[in-house]
Parts: sequence; structure tokens; C-alpha cells
Amino acid sequence: MKILVRGGRVLDPASGRDEAADLAIASGRIVTIGRVADFDAERVIDADGLVVAPGLVDLAARLREPGREHQGMLESELAAAAAGGITSLVCPPDTDPPLDEPGLVEMLKFRARKLSRCRLFPLGALTRGLAGEVLTEMAELTEAGCVGFSQADVAISDTMVLQRALQYAATFGYTVWLRPQDAFLGQGVAASGAVATRLGLSGVPVAAETIALHTVFELMRITGARVHLCRLSSAAGVALLRQAKAEGLPVTADVSINSLHLSDVDIGFFNADMRLTPPLRQPSDRAALRAALADGTLDALVSDHNPVDDDAKTLPFAEAEPGATGLELLLSMALKWGADDRVGLADTLARISCGPVRVLGESLGSLAASAGRLVEGGVADVCLFDPGVEWPLQPAELKSQGKHTPFSFGHTGMALRGRVRATLVAGTIAFEAL
Amino acid sequence: MLSRRNPQLNAHGELIHLLSIEGLPKAVLTQILDTAGTFLSVNDREVKKVPLLRGKSVFNLFFENSTRTRTTFEIAAKRLSADVINLDIARSSATKGESLLDTIANLSAMHADMFVVRHGESGAPYLIAQHCAPHVHVVNAGDGRHAHPTQGLLDMYTIRHYKKDFSGLVVAVVGDIVHSRVARSDIHALSILGAAEIRAVGPKTLVPGDLAQMGVRVCHDMAEGIRGADVVIMLRLQNERMSGAMLPSAAEFAKSYGLTAEKLALAKPDAIVMHPGPINRGVEIDSGVADGAQSVILPQVTFGIAVRMAVMSTIAGNQA
Repeated sequence: MKILVRGGRVLDPASGRDEAADLAIASGRIVTIGRVADFDAERVIDADGLVVAPGLVDLAARLREPGREHQGMLESELAAAAAGGITSLVCPPDTDPPLDEPGLVEMLKFRARKLSRCRLFPLGALTRGLAGEVLTEMAELTEAGCVGFSQADVAISDTMVLQRALQYAATFGYTVWLRPQDAFLGQGVAASGAVATRLGLSGVPVAAETIALHTVFELMRITGARVHLCRLSSAAGVALLRQAKAEGLPVTADVSINSLHLSDVDIGFFNADMRLTPPLRQPSDRAALRAALADGTLDALVSDHNPVDDDAKTLPFAEAEPGATGLELLLSMALKWGADDRVGLADTLARISCGPVRVLGESLGSLAASAGRLVEGGVADVCLFDPGVEWPLQPAELKSQGKHTPFSFGHTGMALRGRVRATLVAGTIAFEAL
Repeated sequence: MLSRRNPQLNAHGELIHLLSIEGLPKAVLTQILDTAGTFLSVNDREVKKVPLLRGKSVFNLFFENSTRTRTTFEIAAKRLSADVINLDIARSSATKGESLLDTIANLSAMHADMFVVRHGESGAPYLIAQHCAPHVHVVNAGDGRHAHPTQGLLDMYTIRHYKKDFSGLVVAVVGDIVHSRVARSDIHALSILGAAEIRAVGPKTLVPGDLAQMGVRVCHDMAEGIRGADVVIMLRLQNERMSGAMLPSAAEFAKSYGLTAEKLALAKPDAIVMHPGPINRGVEIDSGVADGAQSVILPQVTFGIAVRMAVMSTIAGNQA
């Protein structure tokens, strides 16, 4: 279909382009960016007052399929992604069964393609069954469509296995995605500190993150592996990351919208919606994470989408399942951060478009050149949003099956800024609310 | 990001549930202690009943085993003329897979007026209070490591009984503070009532430094912790602490932190010794001290019934 997006503010963080322009799209690709006069479009989208940005790229979204369909299915969660302006997302391998076999990955990719809402990039399990013992067939999994290998939230306690996994991945140039958390110190349910102490909740000390980071960096030096660190949570962790980047280690990292905006104080009276992994830390940690995202030490902001149903959330805090819905909040949470911390719109959007694409790098294949950006001849993955509008977050109206979010505050609903009006994936309208 | 009203108070600031001592106004605590005083005489009468909760059903929901606390709640409710139903949930529905809130919904359908809840997870009574019918009152009888507010109140009653006034008091809480809901409730209550100094005494594994954020002086040395104290509260040492690599042995703990007559001599001559029970003789406290002249461990139990009567009658009289 030939689509003309007319009169929007075209903003491409990767190239720095920020101008009033039209976008002509044909055969799934952007044909022209600029003044388009002579284009025989089948559909014209009036983008007056809207920002025309690259489709968003989310590096951490659980879709719950296969195995946990009662909490989320590809259909609902990819619809949520499209409603959130997300055109590419990376899902961790902790499904049931875990993504440790090529067949599972192929099936997931196939089902996602059929829905044509959003591009899906699975991470393969780094070890079989995520058990931290035996390596998976990484080459086979890559052929099936995996863009990297991960342990999801299951820490490898055996450092010998971790070293070999990094060595093997480095052999083929695969990126290993790790959430830095020590297997033993990481067993608590809230961040160590005044709040956890007062509420009598078992704590996860900052050392759970820093010890894991020291281990990962040391093994990176030995093995030469490329690592992406998922969802940093602490100021001390950010400081170690900054040193590692200065040293030249091939490392990238992300932070979740939850850790960017909330702190352990928000747990209040045991609000299980604040039960998250990694746990919410202190306001000083949040400040360090925000600064690191602004200066580029952190490469990407992620939704950390993790749909959890009522049964798993209406439990005492420690028993409640960690996680929150996030796909439909990613853009607004990025914009809120940008506005609060005076980060320009282009830099703000970079953290959810070209930033994450750089993390994915060559694993995207031919998409690497144009995903997360707006370039003539590139794929037409586009997000059109109204930057000024405010809307109340009403969890029941989210498309995701996960209705629990720490930003809902019970039933009042926080006012969110910026609303997606249309999402195009490969030149096809995946979502519109024009 | 959001300040929500303390869920145990209604819009008029009256107590409708007792979930934690933290955040309660001093006047509310004092009123409960005063009310408990009037109930003490009921316990001495030949007919030990008052009709304040006549026709009301009090459900004791114990998701964690406890004989002593459950019994004192049962006695307190019966002396208020309530009908008492004891449910040992640790051995019933929960093991059949029924969820906590389903259990609550079912019991609410049986027209419960009050739930007395003990649960192994911190915060469980908050969840129940948030999800039960508006007319139902919830009393926390101990949740995880978080709070044991009636124990805290009975400890305050005991201290006030013997020391008359909180100002100027030095109180040492000794032992496994980090896992203790009793210690947390005592610390909050003592702060609210204006004790001069609260000390948390024990090894770093059981008394981590960040406890200082609760307004206590952290002492790792027993002599320093107990010297000049007006009140010494010893906590029970759970056996799990040894398997969790918190302590090498009960004997070594006893040597450093067990309360003996020699160590107690460092406290003020008129210091009182308290313990929430059940005591481990020879571990956290020597028999000589537990049974000695300064021990008020058994009066604590007696006061506990009056305090629980005061709590139940107070919250039953306030509407959501």
C-alpha cells in the first residue's frame, strides 16, 4: 500500500533531522522524506500537530507465549506494542518451555509474523532450560532468528559455565544479554535499605548487582565477549558501567521505565504493583540512572513489559509475582523523563529507537541499517504521536492482558503525556487512533 | 509518588484496623493503654466478661502456627462476649490451594466482624484489610518480620506500668532484631511515646547497621548496649538462624548476648527484664534472670489479654 504521511514534524534522532516534512511510503519502505507533491497515495494520513518518529524499539518485553498464555498472548501483547508505537521488540527466553530450541523460536517468529503488528526478536536461552549448566545450540538458534543469548532473570552461579558461555558466544560474535544479579545476594524481594528494613521485607543489597558486574567485566576481559547488561538498578552499578565503557569493553546497557521513575518509597503499604525485578532502589539510585540515560552511559530505555494477572498480584508483597505491564507506557514514560530532566525530544526518542538498535547491531541483519531511524529507502517502521496531549492511565483500557502497573496508583490513574496516533510496521498500519 | 492515607485509620483519624504501630498518633496509643487499664480489673472479677462485642464474630486466622498469641486473643475476645472461631489455616484450605483472598471472601460470607490474622509474609494483613468488606476489622497478630502491634502495645503497657513515664527511659532490645516483628513494633511504639533512647543490640548479622534508620542506636557490644538501661527486652532466638549462616551456634550467641545476672548488673538497679516468649532458657536468657526479681515476663502475658481487649473494643467501635 502507498501511504502519504502529510505535514508532520519528522524527527529522526539518528540523523538529527527535525523538520516539517511529508513521508511517502511504498512497498514497505520510505520512498521520500521532504515535500512530496506528486505521489499517488492510497491512504493519506494527516500528521498536522504530530511527531513523525521512527517506530520504537523495546529491548525487554515478555509476551508470555509459549506457556503462560493466561497472562498474555502474542495477539494481545503485540497489539499492545503497536498501540505503544513499538515496531520492534526483543523478548527474553524465559517462556515455558524456555527458548532453548530452534523449533520454539521459529514457531514464535512465525506466529508474530502472521499477526504483522510488530517485529519480534527473541533472545535464545544461553543455557539449556536456563539451568546454568549446559550451553544451548547457539548457532542453530541464531539461524532460527535469535538476536542474542540470555539467562533472563536466572543468574548463573557457576562462574566456569558463565566463562565458557561467553567464550563460545564470542567465537561467533553473538551478544550475551545478562541482568547483573548475584544468585545468592539477589534472593530478596525489595532493595535493601530503610524501606525494606522498616517493612520487614527481605532485601537485595546493591552488592548483588555490583558483584555480578565485576564478574561479568572480568570475564569480558578474558573472553572478549560482547555483553548487553539488562535493567541496571543502582548508582554503584552505573558507576561500574561507566568505567567499563571508558576502558573500551564492548558493553551496552539499559534501564526500565520503572527504575527510571519510581523508588522503594513508592512501595507504600506493601503495594504489590511495586514488586518488580530488579527491585526499586533508593531515590539517589534513580537519580544516577536518569543521569546515565541522559549522558548515554545507558544506551536504551526499556518497557520491561511483564504482564501479570490478578491472581498472581493480589498476594502478600513477597509472594506476589514481580512484573508490570509496560509496552503502552514506554513512550509516555520516556517523554516524562525527557520533560522532567530537560532532555531534548530527539535525545529522548533516541533512547527508544536508534539507541536500542545500536545495541542489537549486526544481529538485525539487513534491518540494522534502517530500523530505529527514518531514512529514504529504509523500512517504513514509523510511530506518529501527539506530543502535547495528556491522557489518564486506566489499566482496564490497556490492550495488554497485563493490567498491573505501578503507575496506576490503584484506580486514580496517573496523567501520561504523549499519545500514539498511528504505528506503521513495514509500511502497514499496525495501529491507528487518528 | 503518591501519599495514601494510612489504611488503618478512617477519615476522622480513628483506628479501624490495627495493622502496625508505625504512623499511629500518640493519642491513639495512649488511649488503648488507658482502656487496657480499665479491662485489667475485669480479669480480676469473678465473672470475667463485659458485653462490648456481644453478637460479634471474631475469626482467628492463623496462617502460621501459634498457641500463645492465639489463646490470648481468644480469651480477650471471649471476655468481650464475642463469638470466637479459630481457624488453623496452616493446616486447612491454604494447603488445598485456596488463595488468601478466597479464604477471606468465604469467611466474610459467614458474617465475620473481625479477623485476627497471623501470616508468615510481611504485609499480608494489609492485603486482607484492603479486600474485606467495609464493616470488617482486621487485627494483625504478627506478619512476617514486619509487625506485631498488639505485642508492641502490651510491651508499652508493661513498661508504663512499671516505669510510669516514657520520657528519659533507655530501652535495650537485644537479639535477632532483623527478623523480629516484635522488635519493629516496640521500636515504633517507643519512638512515638517518647523514650529517650532505644538501643538495638546484637551481632551484625542480626542487627545490621541500616536499622539505625529506624531511629535506634545500634550496639554490637552487649555491655555497651545494656549499660544504664531502664528496660531490657530480650528476643527469642529462632533455630533457623543457625542454618541460615547468621550465627555459628546458640551457645556462642548465649556467651556474647545471652542475658545473665552479671550482664544485667550493668543496667540500672531497677531495670525490668521483658521477653515476648516463648523463652529459650540458657540461650537468650538465663533461668535465674527469667525467674528473677527484675523479670516481668509473666505480667506481660496478663497485660496482653487486657491490651488485646482494648484493641478489639476500640476498633470495633470505629466505622470505616
